[in-house]
Amino acid sequence: MRITCPICGERDRREFYYQGDAIALRRPDADDTPEEWDAYLHLRDNPAGVTRDLWYHETGCGAWLVVTRNTVTHEVLGTALASDHGTGAA
Amino acid sequence: MRLGKGGQIDRGQRISFRFDGHRYEGCVGDTLASALLANDIRLMGRSFKYHRPRGVLTAGSEEPNALVTLGQGAAQEPNLRATTLELHDGLEARSQNAWPSLDLDLLAVNDLAAPFLSAGFYYKTFMWPRAFWEKLYEPLIRRAAGLGALSGQANTDRYARAFAHCDLLVIGAGPAGLMAALTAAHAGADVILCDEDTRTGGRLNAETLSVGDQPGADWAAAVTADLAAMPNVRIMTRTTVTGAYDQGTYGALERASPAEAARPGAAKETFWNIVARRAVLAAGALERPIAFRNNDRPGVMMAGAVRAYINRWAVSPGQAVTVFGNNDNAHRTAADLLAAGVHVTALIDSRPEATTTLDIPFYKGAQVIEAHGRKRLEAVSIATTSGIDKLRTDCLAMSGGWNPTVHLTCHMNGRPTWNDTLASFTPTPGAIPGLVAAGACNGTMSTHGCLAEGARVAAQTLADLGLTAAEATIPAAEDTPYRITPLWTVPGKGRAWLDFQNDVTVKDVKQAALENFRSVEHMKRYTTQGMATDQGKNSNVAALAVLADATGRGIPETGTTTFRPPYAPVTIAAMGAGGQGAGFAPQRFTTSHRASLAAGAPMIEAGLWYRPSYFPKAGETTWRQACDREVMMVRNAVGICDVSTLGKIDIKGPGAGALLDFVYTNMFSTLPVGRVRYGLMLREDGHVMDDGTTARLGPDHYVMTTTTAAAGQVMRHLDFVHQALRPDLDVSFCSVTEHWAQFAVAGPQSRDLLNKLLDTPIDNESFPFMACGDVAVQGVAGRLFRISFSGEHAYEIAVPARYGESLFKLLVGLAETMGGGAYGLEALNVLRIEKGFITHAEIHGRTTAFDIGLEKMMSPKKDFIGKAAAARPGLVDPDREQLVGLKPVGAVKQLTAGAHLFDRDAPATRENDQGYVTSVGFSPTLESVLGLAFLKQGRSRQGEVIRMVDHLRQIETLCEVCNPVFLDPEGGRARG
Amino acid sequence: MRFSGLRVLTEGLTGNRGWGPHWRDPAPKSDYDIIIIGGGGHGLSTAYYLAREHGLTNIAVLEKGYIGSGNIGRNTTIVRANYFLPGNSEFYSHSLKLWEGLEADLNYNVMHSQRGLINLFHSDGQRDAFARRGNAMINQGDDAVLLDRDGVRKHLPYLDFDNTRFPIYGGLLHPRGGTARHDAVAWGYARGADQRGVDLIQNCEVTGIDIENGVVKGVQTTRGAIRAKKVGIVVAGRSGQVAAMAGMRLPIESHVLQAFVTEGLKPVIDHVISFGMGHFYISQSDKGGLVFGGDLDFYASYASRGNLPMVEHVMEAGMTLMPMIGKAKVLRSWGGIMDMTPDGSPIIDKTPVDGLYLNCGWCYGGFKAVPGSGFSFAHLIATDTHHAPAARFRLDRFRTGRGLMDEEGTGSQHNLH
Repeated sequence: MRITCPICGERDRREFYYQGDAIALRRPDADDTPEEWDAYLHLRDNPAGVTRDLWYHETGCGAWLVVTRNTVTHEVLGTALASDHGTGAA
Repeated sequence: MRLGKGGQIDRGQRISFRFDGHRYEGCVGDTLASALLANDIRLMGRSFKYHRPRGVLTAGSEEPNALVTLGQGAAQEPNLRATTLELHDGLEARSQNAWPSLDLDLLAVNDLAAPFLSAGFYYKTFMWPRAFWEKLYEPLIRRAAGLGALSGQANTDRYARAFAHCDLLVIGAGPAGLMAALTAAHAGADVILCDEDTRTGGRLNAETLSVGDQPGADWAAAVTADLAAMPNVRIMTRTTVTGAYDQGTYGALERASPAEAARPGAAKETFWNIVARRAVLAAGALERPIAFRNNDRPGVMMAGAVRAYINRWAVSPGQAVTVFGNNDNAHRTAADLLAAGVHVTALIDSRPEATTTLDIPFYKGAQVIEAHGRKRLEAVSIATTSGIDKLRTDCLAMSGGWNPTVHLTCHMNGRPTWNDTLASFTPTPGAIPGLVAAGACNGTMSTHGCLAEGARVAAQTLADLGLTAAEATIPAAEDTPYRITPLWTVPGKGRAWLDFQNDVTVKDVKQAALENFRSVEHMKRYTTQGMATDQGKNSNVAALAVLADATGRGIPETGTTTFRPPYAPVTIAAMGAGGQGAGFAPQRFTTSHRASLAAGAPMIEAGLWYRPSYFPKAGETTWRQACDREVMMVRNAVGICDVSTLGKIDIKGPGAGALLDFVYTNMFSTLPVGRVRYGLMLREDGHVMDDGTTARLGPDHYVMTTTTAAAGQVMRHLDFVHQALRPDLDVSFCSVTEHWAQFAVAGPQSRDLLNKLLDTPIDNESFPFMACGDVAVQGVAGRLFRISFSGEHAYEIAVPARYGESLFKLLVGLAETMGGGAYGLEALNVLRIEKGFITHAEIHGRTTAFDIGLEKMMSPKKDFIGKAAAARPGLVDPDREQLVGLKPVGAVKQLTAGAHLFDRDAPATRENDQGYVTSVGFSPTLESVLGLAFLKQGRSRQGEVIRMVDHLRQIETLCEVCNPVFLDPEGGRARG
Repeated sequence: MRFSGLRVLTEGLTGNRGWGPHWRDPAPKSDYDIIIIGGGGHGLSTAYYLAREHGLTNIAVLEKGYIGSGNIGRNTTIVRANYFLPGNSEFYSHSLKLWEGLEADLNYNVMHSQRGLINLFHSDGQRDAFARRGNAMINQGDDAVLLDRDGVRKHLPYLDFDNTRFPIYGGLLHPRGGTARHDAVAWGYARGADQRGVDLIQNCEVTGIDIENGVVKGVQTTRGAIRAKKVGIVVAGRSGQVAAMAGMRLPIESHVLQAFVTEGLKPVIDHVISFGMGHFYISQSDKGGLVFGGDLDFYASYASRGNLPMVEHVMEAGMTLMPMIGKAKVLRSWGGIMDMTPDGSPIIDKTPVDGLYLNCGWCYGGFKAVPGSGFSFAHLIATDTHHAPAARFRLDRFRTGRGLMDEEGTGSQHNLH
């Protein structure tokens, strides 16, 4: 499996750490309801198809990436820097 | 029997080898199988279940019968295919799965019991009495099962892993693959051409076909020479592409030639990761048997294999060969045999309309119904239009048609497509992104067709990459149509084999259908069809056809099982090359490593690091003596400990304080420059992730310390929080763990010691508890932190790593003059237990700030990572287990980590479980064993006597619940 | 038809013509008391125990593929009860007891073999953690023995005790741990359920769940609508998709876990062994193949196949731990789709919809749970009360933080297990 880091180019999967659903970018406020926090922390669409998830170029440049990917075919459709998404933009 | 002429062998170079102890001779260029056939050895193996005598069936890696063991001791290697083993001098092969010998195998009695051993019989019996399964039935089954044996000794051979990248990977170097590689190479593409054979050419080596105006094998050699001369081409023979993975990654196993493997230090096998922008699959096709009674007798072989033995190795597998097929290809076998001067008994074609021009007995519309003989074929019975004949023959060349080698195209869950004309499955286009099939593996069965398709497909593929291929000249070659009328099984009594190795017969498949194992996956799993070492390469399609027939469905409707990697078996040693011994994980050494070793300290693993356990002194016979001494040394004088393994993260930027406020539960933006603060970090799930100190070196400059174990995780976390959640903050991080060597200098004399080294001495006023700052250590710029993990007046001093070793020696030398010295992990652990300081034994991932009594560190004034989740009712439940100290109070003085806690008189059951012990150490200071533990409602239970139970070590101890800070709870010593 | 050695003999003498279907292939009826969605191990055992324990037989199991085509058809066959957190302890203990009577109960040889399982540890800290686990197992009434290095050597002399990267300090032996023939478990339960009147409907995919006023009414399938009073969802690997039909989002992410089997070899590994410093566990099947696996590939996936980095990591771990397996050849690799929950423990619970029940989240440990899961889920469906050993497998534990069961201590957060 290979992923294109927007900074470093195409690299082997071994260079990346996987975190999970890009929902992690949309962190609720501290005073949001327990239900909102539950949805953020635990509940997932978990699509069989296109998903957006977070990867960390751990042994590369240290960038967190939002990778658009198909969970059925493993096709990588696009990558972007997480920092370009910002809180709430995802 | 070796033929008088021909073949791609070097008759001048004789090779001596042994099989089951007997000495034979072969030639350079032989495989073990061809050499055994040349010596008229037919019996090469025994089948898995019935221990039927077996001869060689094929001439390739798909061989199910002729499996042997090579080597002795650690070099012993089981389950090698005689068909791919290159003959070399001194080769000693042994047959397997037979006792006492291949010729007389007592377990052949299984064959007589076959009626009772039908498909799935073991699911229906061996159930009574229950205890007999593990004691009797299963050991017997296990002993009878299995093929070859491992030696049980650690591997001593070298294996390697390697990576390669290319524009085009061509898999298979037959006519299609060679043309594809040639076309791509001329267009300037980086090409890797792989073939599992020892030479390129594929079927051209096994046939008498011409390409252009030369023999096919010569054409292949010439093209290969051209390719080898081009800098953009890498030819990898003896290399099996084993799997197709995501984004154009392919696994491949390269085997060293016997000569290469004999070279000292050479890798026996290399497992490759090949990353290809595009790939052409030109893997050819595999011929399939026809099922008839006793079709597994030694001497019954694939027709294509017979041609390979005749044409490539100049060996006739028999003296009187009968040919049986359902397609035109079979006729070529008869012609080649005749041309080689081998007697052909008959040509039998199951198609009524078949014709031949060959001058041999010809039966059309006829079928072989039975093979006779046991350890070698003696005759075949044939059903013709006029009745049943029996022909004396010692070799039957059979051809049930060809199955394109579609395997790799199925590795990403793609299903092949049924092709009625070929009566075979062909690859489904697009099944593997970037891979296109060409030639026989794509259902193109003529030589000319393969050549043309290889060139065409390569040109198309290159166009995707923006490369233009010149129009290829396709040499003239045979272009006859492939005509076949499917014949899967010959009707009749007795057992007809589908899966030779696993002994699955037509009857078994029918019985599976009868028992409602009608799904192809059910049939496979119930009968074990296709689960042998060939993974059904020889048998799956025929078994499908039998199942389809038994269930009244068509073949495409019946479906296929899934081909999965690897295409051919791969040793664990090759795929795991580099992992053996210390190679499994990097080794990290501190700058004091050598000095610690020199001092006799046993080094133990701490994650990837090595740290000294203790520093023994003369006269000490146990680790406890050293540990006790080191603890007292720190409490009474001064001790030195390398703490460089703790993670150090340099944090800079105007946003640093705000970011730290967000990742720590407590405040850091308010920390004055020149001060250190203890911080607690939660995961977003509200549990403790890590703890440590962070120092503020300047207005926009902090340095964070993490635990050794969590250094990587914290770095990742900081990057995440910054980039994903707070990209607005101007801050950057750098892991500087390796850049600084850092030593704890702990004990009442620590400052006195430091002042002997520091260019500017310190005192309590200039450097109070929790102060930090730049210092000069004999001219070297360093950092000093007044922090303590021992509860003593202590410092950590950091210098650039290159000065670490000398500083360590200097510190230890000075300490020893002051009644102190170096201390190791054991003493460090006792020191921190005495003080109730936590490590990952306590913050083991399931604990909250509340559990460890640090809930007050969770600032109510700000948001921080984990704040919301930590407020969940379950995480602040007063009934949770809380950190306490334990001291034994009864006759038994032992505490053990991992023991559980109970009310004094309650039985030790799960229902009564009150908690567990996390850390234990003997405190020489307090002259008692001390424990840290988690206990339900523990903080309110101080003074209570409870019972510790360690079932595993059979220890029960009464202990008193106490404050986890056993020593100096006011903290005066650290401030002194 | 009752299976026995005598029956095998008599059939053998009469040409094996008398064997009948292990289960029927009935057409779906229009109405059932209970529909179980999912004909994998857990669904089949649920149906079986509904019939056996609760006398409920008007049941259909709907399976989109073939019976046993999910993870019960692709796992590493390990059966154990070596958990230490409340909730898991009692559940797996109960499940193991069911395993121990399973062959007699089902009249099907599932080849449950209690060969002994050894978890190796490689540091003092790991020993303490395993001691805590072993003591918890004994508190629960199960068995555990703490082995030191020499104790391990006695059982597993072929491990690398001298050169391995992470020295072996000892191991926790679970004598009643072992393996079973995975497919046979599915078939045995299928046959047992069928014999009690349960309809097993293969090639019947559920496409919708009918809910009226918060009450389940039945399901839509590729073979038509089927009404039911109660519906149980037991579809590991597809839990999210099926729950979505009832408007639910689950605390589950799907991951791929790879496993491997070698060519058949003469007996060489008797136990089930797991490595404490890398991701590697291994046993040898009755056929002689070394069956082994490692960790998740670590990316969300429904592909039931993996990639080389984890393959190579697993092989490296095998080589450092037991370099004698180097010349065994990997014959086949495969991947299963794992329902990963945040804390790594499963869910057996009611849902907000009346009459709709959920069984999911078995992560990579579902095989050994098959008997217990079916038993407890059947209890829940039949009685609307939680079965005591599975009473902590609640869906709302993540929201409330109560009763989290994070055995690995990596966090009750996604992607950390």
